Amino acid sequence: MASQDRITTGGSSSESEEELPEPVPSAPAAQESTQTQGVDDLLDEIDGVLESNAEEFVRGFVQKGGQ
Amino acid sequence: MDTGGRRARSPGGLPPVGQGISVHRVMGTETEYGIIAPALPSANSTLLSSQVVNAYAATLREGLGNLAGTRWDYTDETPLTDARGYRMDRARAHPSQLTDESEELTAEQIALERGEPAEAAVLMNLVLNNGARLYVDHAHPEYSSPEVTNPLDAVLWDRAGDLVAITAMERIAATPGFSPVILYKNNTDNKSVSYGSHENYLVPRSVPFPKLAEALIPFFVSRQVICGAGRVGLGPLNQEPGFQISQRADFFENEIGLETTVRRPIINTRDEPHAVAEKYRRLHVIIGDANLHEVSNYLKVGTTALVLALIEQGLAPVPVLEDPVEALHAISHDASLTTTVRLTDGRMMTGVELQELYCEAVLAALPADADEQTRDVVDRWQALLVTLRRDPMDAARHVDWIAKLKVLEAYRARDGLAWTDPRLALVDLQYADLRTERGIYQRLARRGDVELLVDPADVARAAVEPPRDTRAYFRGRCIAEYPAQVVGASWDSLIFELPGERRLQRVQTREPLRGSAALTEELFDAAADAEDFLARLLSGPDRRVSP
Repeated sequence: MASQDRITTGGSSSESEEELPEPVPSAPAAQESTQTQGVDDLLDEIDGVLESNAEEFVRGFVQKGGQ
Repeated sequence: MDTGGRRARSPGGLPPVGQGISVHRVMGTETEYGIIAPALPSANSTLLSSQVVNAYAATLREGLGNLAGTRWDYTDETPLTDARGYRMDRARAHPSQLTDESEELTAEQIALERGEPAEAAVLMNLVLNNGARLYVDHAHPEYSSPEVTNPLDAVLWDRAGDLVAITAMERIAATPGFSPVILYKNNTDNKSVSYGSHENYLVPRSVPFPKLAEALIPFFVSRQVICGAGRVGLGPLNQEPGFQISQRADFFENEIGLETTVRRPIINTRDEPHAVAEKYRRLHVIIGDANLHEVSNYLKVGTTALVLALIEQGLAPVPVLEDPVEALHAISHDASLTTTVRLTDGRMMTGVELQELYCEAVLAALPADADEQTRDVVDRWQALLVTLRRDPMDAARHVDWIAKLKVLEAYRARDGLAWTDPRLALVDLQYADLRTERGIYQRLARRGDVELLVDPADVARAAVEPPRDTRAYFRGRCIAEYPAQVVGASWDSLIFELPGERRLQRVQTREPLRGSAALTEELFDAAADAEDFLARLLSGPDRRVSP
């Protein structure tokens, strides 16, 4: 649950298996390959369509059970 | 439309079922879509689902085609009959297992909720003129595809379902007084709930069910590596952060069982053939993820059809897993694909290695004159497994979970996001958003980042035309030609009400390969009206529909 996630994050330990990448301040400095360029384009495109309040939107997606 | 060569037709023009190693057999898919109305957070989901059904009905009435907004004919539905040979007591069943009763909210209750008179015509069920069913299943709109005979057609008519969903969604958005709904082709709300996408395969009844189950369990446990849809979050309650390969895996708790909504089993034993019960069973597969990638979907049904063929020939490998449910979860939780699971003979194998076992068995059994589509599925399967061994990320054009993971990893790298970041959860959710502008898969497809197998023009046609080679043709065409006279329908029957006749006439379609265009098109073309059609159909020694 979104709310639980946040509690876990605040709590501390949750990132056991995944190394957090250095929070690179999105400087496009040394990105030269066209592939990286493609990924940047893609993320720009997705940034433009992502729902604006991620946390609230995700929390609001509640479904009833199905098969 | 041409969907690839078919091999070894029987004299009646019917593709073989249960003969030889081939991808051809009667099959179909079912998709329960996730649904919300963002502006109405407390909206009743059954009510929203009924809006989808009714919006599509309104679109059809405006000229896209005909429909039977009819009673579903439950006469032949037996959801509590177990393939292992017994029936579950109705009193012991979970209420959601009683799928032969109507939905929780009745049409009358919905009309009341909408402030309309109870007799206002709210539709909960449509049979479409492409032979599909669009209805309210518990709290989700569900599209059940028409019966098709091969994986490429399965992809096409599954995609047609997405188009139906999109059409309904756009209609609601454009209707004054209605709050827009968003439909998602995914399988969990990532809180605690899962909803299904099911596959159905026609299998000869002569194959003992335990033989099917023993070979299918390890196949289904490992199949996710080629067709999982990817999920952010681990555990049924999303209690741990991380990424996993499958949307559905964590919601499965049993190896074999009758349930589909609680204690979900890897092998579902519902024995409801919707066909001649003495000859066939319908294998009801509940473990798949809903796919957006057409190649994932194609391989999901194509490889499953091949493994069924192996089982029928007695050629399937049976790598017995020590703990299939645990193995299912373990494989799903490792996107590096290196986790191994234990077999009862002591061997440790990865999900990819398990898949290779089945792929090799197919290659060994494949006839030299295998048809084009069978060969295509096998070639793609083999090539994909090689790619997955080398570097899974190279398969992003073909596999949902990998395409999704690639986007997620790009976000993590650019913005330094932890797996707990709500933006990653949003990417996961919005990947499955069916809106053409907002959906991330839709964006990837438009950018040319994924391989497409079916032409959008064919998808548009498949949304309004039935497949020509199964009884879906008969169903769809009856609805197209005689919408006023068809008052009830199901997979294996159509009910006609003829003017001036007091009795309803029920036409059974219990043989899935009859009722095809080859057998009934002329009859439809020649008949003057419904009465004439039925008279022609039911007189004489005719086996165009039922056996």
